[in-house]
Formats: sequence, structure tokens, C-alpha cells
Amino acid sequence: MNIIKNRYLYFLISLLVIIPGIVFMILNWINIKTPFPLAIDFTGGSFLEVQFSGSRPAVDQVKSIFLQIAPDTAPSIQPLGEDAYAIRSKRIEDGTKGQIVAQLGKQTGTTITVLTFSSVSPSVGAEVTNAAGIAILLAAIAMLAYISYAFRGVDHAFRYGVAAVTAMLHDVFVVLGVEAILAYFLHWEADALFLTALLTVIGFSVHDSIVVFDRVRENAHVYRRIPYETLVNHSIVQTLDRSINTQLTVMFTLFALALFGGDTIRHFVIILLVGIFSGTYSSIFNAAPILVVWENREWQTWFRKSEQSEA
Amino acid sequence: MNRSNTNWLITIIILLAISIWVDFSKEISLINPFNLNGSPLFSRNVDTKLGLDLRGGLQTLLEADVPAGSTVSSTDLETTRQILEKRANALGVSEVQMQTAGDRRIVAEFPGVKNPEEVISSLQQTGLLEFVATDTTVPPEGSIIQTDFATGSAPAATPAPAANGSQPTVYHTVMTGKELVTISVSKASISGKYVINFTLTNAGSKTFGDFTTANVGKILTIALDKRVISAPSINSAITSGSGQITGNFTVDTANTLAAQLKYGSLPVPIKVVESRTVGATLGEESVRKSLMAGYIGLGVVIIFMLLYYRLPGFVATLALVGYAIFSLALFKIIPVVLTLPGIAGFILSIGMAVDANILIFERLKEELRAGRNLRQAIDLGWSRAWPSIRDSNTSTLITCVILYIFGNSFGASMVKGFSITLALGVGVSLFTAIIVTRTFLHTLLDNLKSVEHPRWFGL
Repeated sequence: MNIIKNRYLYFLISLLVIIPGIVFMILNWINIKTPFPLAIDFTGGSFLEVQFSGSRPAVDQVKSIFLQIAPDTAPSIQPLGEDAYAIRSKRIEDGTKGQIVAQLGKQTGTTITVLTFSSVSPSVGAEVTNAAGIAILLAAIAMLAYISYAFRGVDHAFRYGVAAVTAMLHDVFVVLGVEAILAYFLHWEADALFLTALLTVIGFSVHDSIVVFDRVRENAHVYRRIPYETLVNHSIVQTLDRSINTQLTVMFTLFALALFGGDTIRHFVIILLVGIFSGTYSSIFNAAPILVVWENREWQTWFRKSEQSEA
Repeated sequence: MNRSNTNWLITIIILLAISIWVDFSKEISLINPFNLNGSPLFSRNVDTKLGLDLRGGLQTLLEADVPAGSTVSSTDLETTRQILEKRANALGVSEVQMQTAGDRRIVAEFPGVKNPEEVISSLQQTGLLEFVATDTTVPPEGSIIQTDFATGSAPAATPAPAANGSQPTVYHTVMTGKELVTISVSKASISGKYVINFTLTNAGSKTFGDFTTANVGKILTIALDKRVISAPSINSAITSGSGQITGNFTVDTANTLAAQLKYGSLPVPIKVVESRTVGATLGEESVRKSLMAGYIGLGVVIIFMLLYYRLPGFVATLALVGYAIFSLALFKIIPVVLTLPGIAGFILSIGMAVDANILIFERLKEELRAGRNLRQAIDLGWSRAWPSIRDSNTSTLITCVILYIFGNSFGASMVKGFSITLALGVGVSLFTAIIVTRTFLHTLLDNLKSVEHPRWFGL
């Protein structure tokens, strides 16, 4: 099996996944000025889920009651299941929420259960957003530093770090892109859990790359004569069973969570699924081939090729 | 059978026994063998702790309401936290948890509250300290009394109805905490007990002097937000504008009372910047569903391991069950508050626990194919897989640390919970994959000669 030989095909496949994601991020940006809708964890605001014991009143009625008590809060109301509504709005206090719920109960004559209510001030949201950016950056730097350290005995240890971080960025873009596409069609919002999933994907992505690199490191000591390309390819093939099997077991548990774990974490689990799949792909088809591209300094050929084709 | 394997086997069995004991208990304790009726040597509550998203309740993030840029001293923040905790406890909410987060925030958790609006409004109140004339009545500490001092808002808790349905007595407020100038704690030279010294403003001295002169021997109750914190008797007229509160104080109770007198109102004003309420029904449903998902995930992984890796797969399955037993025991002992993402992190780490074993088994198969005998192959499989297991898991642990720090600074207990269970899962999985699986496999080989057949290893 020769994976390295077709490396540019695999790079192309990655691009074919990433580019639509970027397109949708731009589409979302045009609509809402962010790559995908952000939840109140980042923007501030309120989120209320109310369940009605009897028949659910019409959206308009709920909206007018909401606005009557909390004017200028721009509530957006979506049905939830058979008997509940999810209401997003600008930030309202707990006291205001209490009044709204009481009023809803009075005017509709039903018993109302507050399933969940969150209220986040915009200043906290802005801080969380900043901290999220810092966390992702910090994770990338920590991974680069750690791999350079772990592979310090090998020639060009820094290359391994860069290759793993490139694969990691690939996974980050895949996840962000998929989120942008899902957000565009299903109106999903990125919340604190989405961020948790993203950071976990970062950890797993590097985890997978290291397993392949570890084989390259080991084989480099054993087979000193064979060309680097063959060496890397051999390492990939040797770790392929493991990569696929681990991928399968993690997928089994995540699929179980996605199917049976309930609505609250479904978004989180699906993002993890996408990211971890991408992580395994990128460790095999991106991270290791990048080592070969670097070793051969192939970018010089890219330049020449493009010159020739233009000529 | 070699010696170290036997030692490991014994260690593992002991650890398993302890873990199973913890898993099935709500409280663990060791009786002192030399004094069977005395207090136990060791006792600990190990009931599973569920986060607010699973049991329902209210979580709020409170922030010092001071201009941006100005700093809040950590002592002030801590005192605020203590006062708020007392207020919350006075509301009758059990298991209130309050922690300072960062340099100007407090995270408050109220499991299972039914009235989040009331709880929040009482937190935002500034405390009102009153000196109340209760004549000869000594109201019990912690009870709620009614006074004639008008407040803007109603007291946080409703007054306890007096016996026989009669109207509760409304006492006269002599003075409020506004008149206090200094408060200190000292040790009385004669009795050796702790006393609280205070001085008053000029207006306060006058009021207090007149009142105490007329009421020597009676009770002057001190109440914070209408809740009695102390009920000392007036020993003599206090006209000098300074006096002492004596009583059965220890150094701690005296300091607490002094703090309450000093900070009748909070040392720093606070505002609610975030609040999250989860209804109990949603929580219950989440627990049920995520446990279900966990069982199914575990089941599918076990079937896969058995089919693909045969005998080692069976051993890995045993190790995986051990992994679940150890992890649960650790969650209960530490204790880790289980949130929904926390459970997801745990279920995810089942996949990781298997990863270490898969790395080893693939290595083992390679060594067998290379013609080594079984025992050599097992040892080589482990030693050669180790560097990649170590390095790859370190990267996951680094991510967990970053997630934890991120979650901690915002009181984001969901993110924190996920990072803790995932990190613990990685740690325990290394132990079960590397030590437990190997020990079991060796033990099995020692006792069953017939298993030395390549087919048992999926070749």
C-alpha cells in the first residue's frame, strides 16, 4: 500500500472538505458578522426553555407577552418538541423571567415548567470569547513545544511539531467548516461545549499524529539505508490497523452518545465525531506526508511546475 | 510464574476490592480495631455527586459591582462570599456552594432550588444590621424576627409564624449598623473569654446611652437581615460611645460576629452577571440517557475487541471493566462532580482506554508474525508500544489542563467537568492498559497451556 505516493490526492481531498466550510463561514459572515452563530455563552443574552402542561400557545402570543414584560429584548421563539418553546433574547434578569413565566401561565391557563434558563451578561460573553481564542492558541503552542521536545532525539524534531500542528489546524478548519455548514442549514449555535469539543479534537489530533511519528522515529533507527519516503510510508502502513481500530472504538462510543445520549449533548458529540474522524485522517494522510514534502523540499517543484504550465 | 507478576496480581485484586467497596457505598469508614466503640479511624462520604445540569438547580456568577479597572482585595471578596453563603443558608437551600473565581467573581451553586428568582434577589440585597430591643426575650440564634425598622424591600425569608397562629411580635429597632465606627475582638483579662469591642458615632452614642441606661438587665438582640446573630444582655449603661459584647465566644465565633457587625452590608457591592437554571426533570432525563449511551458504547466496544483480538481482546475487556470500576471509585473518593459533559468525557475515555491496548496488541501481533515466541512477543509488544502511548496521551493531558484553566476562570463547570473526567480517564486507562492487561495475560498463559495458539491472538 503506497499512501505517500498519492499524497497530493489526499491533500486535495482535505481541501475539498475545508473549502466548502470556508465558503459557508463567509456566507454566515455576510448574514450575521460571525463565521457561525454564537450562543449566549459568547455574545451574552438569555435563553429560556419553557414547557406547557396543556396545549402550547401560538408563537405570537408568547412573543407579545414576552415583549410586554421585557420590551426591546428581541425575543426569537422556536418550538421545541411537542409542548415546549425555546426563547432566545437579549439579556433578561431572573426576576423578569419569573414575571414572564407567571404571566404566560396566567394568560394561557396552563402550568408552565422552566426546563432551563440561562442569562449571561455581554461583558462576560466577550471575556469568554477572548479566553477561548487564547485557549486555542495556547493549545497549539503547547503541542508544538511538546512534540519538538518528545522528538528531540530525531533529526529535524521541529518539522514533526510543525507537521502535527498543521494537521491539527486542518482538523480545526474541518470542525469550524462543518459547524458553519450545520449552522447555515440547522441553525446550530456554537456554545461553550462546542469550544470544549474543538479543544478535545486538538488534543486527539496530535495524539494520532504522535502515534504515526513514533513509528517513523523508531523505524529511522532500524532502517538507515532506505529512502525517507519509503520509511514514512512503511510507518503509516504499520500503524494503520491501530489507527483504524482506535478510530472505530472511539466512533462506537461517540455514536452511542449521539444516538442515545439525549439532545443536550448531541451537537457536542457530533462535533467530536467529525473532529476525531478528521484527526485520524489528517494524521495518516496529512501529517506524515508533510514530513516527506519537507524532506524533499517539494515546494521548489511546485513553483517550477506552475511556471511550466503557464508557459 | 514470575514474582513481579504475582505481586501485581495481588495489588490489582486489592485495588479492585477497595474500588468495588467504594462503588457500592455511600459512606466508607474504617473501624479502629483497638477501640471498637470509638470513632472510626477513617470516614468519608463517597456518595456520587451530580452537577447542577444533572440534578437541576441554579448556578450564578456574581461580580463585584465596581468601576472597571479598580481592584477588589481578596479579603473583601472572601468576606463577601462568607456573608452571601450565610444569607443563602438562611434561605433554607441545602448544599449551597460558593467559591471565589478570579479576582472579582464568585460562583454560587444552589442544587435543587425551586425559586431561583428569590434566591437571586436575596443575594443582591445589601445586608441590614439592626440592634433590636427584645425586652427579656432571648430569640434563638438564626431565627427570624420582625422589627419596626422600615426597609425598602421585604426581608429575604418570610418570618416564622408564631405559635398558636398569633401575630408575631414586632420589636423596636434601637439603632442600625450605620452607627458603628470600629469593631475589634479581644480577650478579656479576667474571664479569659473573647469579647467584641465597638465604638459608635456621636449620634449613636446618644441613642445607645439613653437606651442602655433605661434597660439594664434586658436583652439587646443583634440581627442581620432580620435574622438573629446574637442576643447579648445589657450589663450596664453604655454612655461613653464604646462598649463590649460579652458572651460565650470562642476566638472563631467572636471573629465571625465581628465580621458580621463590620460588614452588615457587603464589603463590595455585587451584581449577577450570569445565571443558569436547569429544571430537575431535564436533569433526570439526561442522567438516564447518558448512562444508557455509556452501556451501549461499552457493549459495542467489548464485542469489537472480542471479535478482533480474541484472547487478548477478552483480557482487554476484563481490564476495561476494571477501568470502569476504578474510575467510578476515583470519582467518588476525590470527589468529582459529575456533569453531563463530564460523563461524555468518561465515555470518550473508554475509547482511549482501548487505544492503549490496541497499540499493544497490534505490536504483539507484529512480533508474533516476526517469529518470536509468545512470551517474548508480549514483552516486546509492551515495551515497544510504550513510547507512543506515553507521548500521545501526554498531548491529551496537556489539552485537559488548558481546558481546566479555561473552565475554572469562568465558573464554567461543564467545561471543567469534562476536562477532569477525561484527564482521570487517561490516567486510569494507562494503568489498566499497561499493568492490568499484561498481568492478566501472563496469569492466563501461566495457567492455561492450550491458549498458546496463534488463533487465540487473531492471527
